[in-house]
Amino acid sequence: MADLTTDFLGIKSPNPFWLASAPPTDKEYNVRRAFEAGWGGVVWKTLGSEGPPVVNVNGPRYGAIYGADRRLLGLNNIELITDRPLQTNLEEITRVKKDYPDRALIVSLMVPCDEESWKAILPMVEETGADGIELNFGCPHGMAERGMGSAVGQVPEYIQMVTEWCKQYYSKPVIVKLTPNITDIRQPARAAFAGNADAVSLINTINSIVSVDLDQMAPQPTLDGKGTHGGYCGPAVKPIAMNMVAEIARDPATAGKPISAIGGVTTWRDAAEFMALGAGNVQVCTAAMTYGFRVVQEMIAGLSQWMDEKGYTSTSDFIGMAVPNVTDWQYLNLNYVTKAKIDQDACIKCGRCYAACEDTSHQAIWMKEDRVFEVNDAECVACNLCVDVCPVEDCITMVEMQPGEVDPRTGKVVEAEYANWTTHPNNPSAVQAAE
Amino acid sequence: MAQGHQASGIVAGRLPEEEIAANFSDLHAPYAPHEAAVAADRCYFCYDAPCTTACPTDIDIPLFIRQIQSGQPEGAARTILEQNILGGMCARVCPTETLCEEACVRETAEGKPVEIGRLQRYATDTLMAQGVHPFTRAAATGKRVAVVGAGPAGLSCAHRLAMLGHDVTVYDAKPKAGGLNEFGIAAYKSTDEFAAKEVDWLLQIGGIAIETGKALGAGLSLDGLSADHDAVFLSIGLGGVNALRVAGEDLPGARDAVDFIAELRQADDLGALPVGRNVVVIGGGMTAVDAAVQAKLLGAENVTIAYRRGREAMPASRFEQDLAASKGVKLMFNVMPVAIQGGDAVTGIELEYTEVVDGRVKGTGETVTLAADQVFKAIGQTLDGAPDGVALDGGKIAVTGAGRTSVAGVWAGGDCAAGGEDLTVTAVAEGRDAAMDIHSALMA
Repeated sequence: MADLTTDFLGIKSPNPFWLASAPPTDKEYNVRRAFEAGWGGVVWKTLGSEGPPVVNVNGPRYGAIYGADRRLLGLNNIELITDRPLQTNLEEITRVKKDYPDRALIVSLMVPCDEESWKAILPMVEETGADGIELNFGCPHGMAERGMGSAVGQVPEYIQMVTEWCKQYYSKPVIVKLTPNITDIRQPARAAFAGNADAVSLINTINSIVSVDLDQMAPQPTLDGKGTHGGYCGPAVKPIAMNMVAEIARDPATAGKPISAIGGVTTWRDAAEFMALGAGNVQVCTAAMTYGFRVVQEMIAGLSQWMDEKGYTSTSDFIGMAVPNVTDWQYLNLNYVTKAKIDQDACIKCGRCYAACEDTSHQAIWMKEDRVFEVNDAECVACNLCVDVCPVEDCITMVEMQPGEVDPRTGKVVEAEYANWTTHPNNPSAVQAAE
Repeated sequence: MAQGHQASGIVAGRLPEEEIAANFSDLHAPYAPHEAAVAADRCYFCYDAPCTTACPTDIDIPLFIRQIQSGQPEGAARTILEQNILGGMCARVCPTETLCEEACVRETAEGKPVEIGRLQRYATDTLMAQGVHPFTRAAATGKRVAVVGAGPAGLSCAHRLAMLGHDVTVYDAKPKAGGLNEFGIAAYKSTDEFAAKEVDWLLQIGGIAIETGKALGAGLSLDGLSADHDAVFLSIGLGGVNALRVAGEDLPGARDAVDFIAELRQADDLGALPVGRNVVVIGGGMTAVDAAVQAKLLGAENVTIAYRRGREAMPASRFEQDLAASKGVKLMFNVMPVAIQGGDAVTGIELEYTEVVDGRVKGTGETVTLAADQVFKAIGQTLDGAPDGVALDGGKIAVTGAGRTSVAGVWAGGDCAAGGEDLTVTAVAEGRDAAMDIHSALMA
């Protein structure tokens, strides 16, 4: 029977599903409900310095991108850090941690970029008994304008500096949360670990505008006739987050370092994928805000069942397992040849594969009499677009050609040996293949 | 050579074999994976979901559907079976149109609910096809419980008790376990001997022994069972059938619908089962509909359901009424039987039109006679064989709490117990809840 208990930076939690710092983790009431629903840990919504709290707009604060049937695929928010007094938050954190000793409770922080501000707040957080802190260097709106949030996250030197302060004035694990609004995520990640961060968490939200109200001629959500950019999150951002997690896991400077993955985790499979790419746990927000805290039950049951099927008894059995298989384009095997194959029994004859291939790709699908769609191997480059647009799962599959067979497109024999672009004769920068 | 619809009398083999097979194939075909994916995507994952509230066994429907969405029908099956061990049969027979699917918010929004019943079948079929029994028995407690009646209530009670480590013996009068699942459910809802297969699968928990050919008053006594066991659960169903109390009801050709249905369910060859040319079914509940529809599917030319009240009072749901009509069954309302005609065989039935005055059915004096060679009586079943000493309430065993009867150490559930609708799913819930109560009592 799979054991979902995770040990992340020495912090134990009964499962790898944490809630990210956001409205769901704003106060004691929410966090208790979350723990009762089964979440393994929470990152408390970002605290700011002592003093009058921020004030946010009344609303609207969220915009959305929908798929079919109003399924929420992307959420855009202009939320800020906590708007409740610091002391209230600290008292609540202390109380909740006492009542839930077996759950992880991390406190997210964002204070001005000077040593005194951090020196002031860290002992107060230490006193709460929380398991660790997360440094919010990601807020793309509302705080960046004041020199905090992503204004720090986009400057590696600042990241390293603040992380060093935290390691100096706080005794428990320090997680640095990275913003994706940057060219190369490896730079801030390296900087965080150079500052002795215990882990990085990513991604925070992506700068975005979801839609434009064409009557008011303003971005949505419109507030008194105006709109602003916000932070994009939810299922739509998962691919961006996955790539960034992989980059950090692969980078020799940061390989093997603990990562907490955030970005569109909705089902057990999303969590397993992030963990396979090197994340020790995942943080969820949009899925909980879309469906309520009960979503964690599917995640727990699902991950557990998958682990049982695969024979994994602990999450450490598979964390990072996919990292060695993440490579760069120029190292992909050019001698691996497949062709698309349409299962005529499963085909519902919609013609979408034909539209995609004939209009926009390689004209490798025939539309025959009676709407029979067949792949023309002589033209098929195996781009897989037909597979992706077909509405029926597994109706079209990619079938590997065997070494010795002749690829009808190129007229060449499929070779068994691995070969890539770096040694290809067409490549002006080709390296001589080792003899 | 098929006899045809118009062959007179009660004859077998009216239809060719292939037609009978097609007629009795699954009313709702099982989902293919793609269909299940599309159907599951329609669920909104409601908070405190109305469908779960409507389910007598409290199945966490949004969760199981979400598990199907995330590619784990086996996980979905576990979620279902934890609440309802007969989730497989229930997926086939539950009147979802009046339970979960009626409560579904998409029924409210679009008149088209999430297809919960079919999704439940997809999940349970997937798990059962793997031969997996996802529960393990706890350490033996040394306690012994007797369950009388191996229908859904009894099986549900037995499974839960066995899972908790108790030893259970289930007695049943019939030669096979399953109760109405085996002998009563319409054949096109339980194809391929599913009821028997489900019982075999359920028994994989271990700790349950089935003894057939035994009933209270026929090999068993309540005192005897109480003496030999630490607790007793009565799930004897409703073995009696209400009589029409009209002349001619004892003619051959006039029979209890439940007997016809049981015979049909056990027939190896439906082509050998005789059915009349003109069949009249008296009654308005599920039994009446099942008998009527199956008579039509066997090739009867004219099948009429005669119900003494109006359509809106008919116990069979609108879905079932429409199903009967779609199969060519004629539904007559506000008619009650006066006499069944015939000498040594049934030749016709005289019905009187009725009106309902102050809730009571009264004849109007106008009559009509239908040609009939077979009449099925389906005006309700009654408790039969309840042990002396157990208090009754409204003709059924009186129960309080989770099925406690008036006799200490004796619980009851299913159709034989007062309260609750007479549905398979209600029986499963009552059996399970009684098991939990018995367990508490035994382990106190």
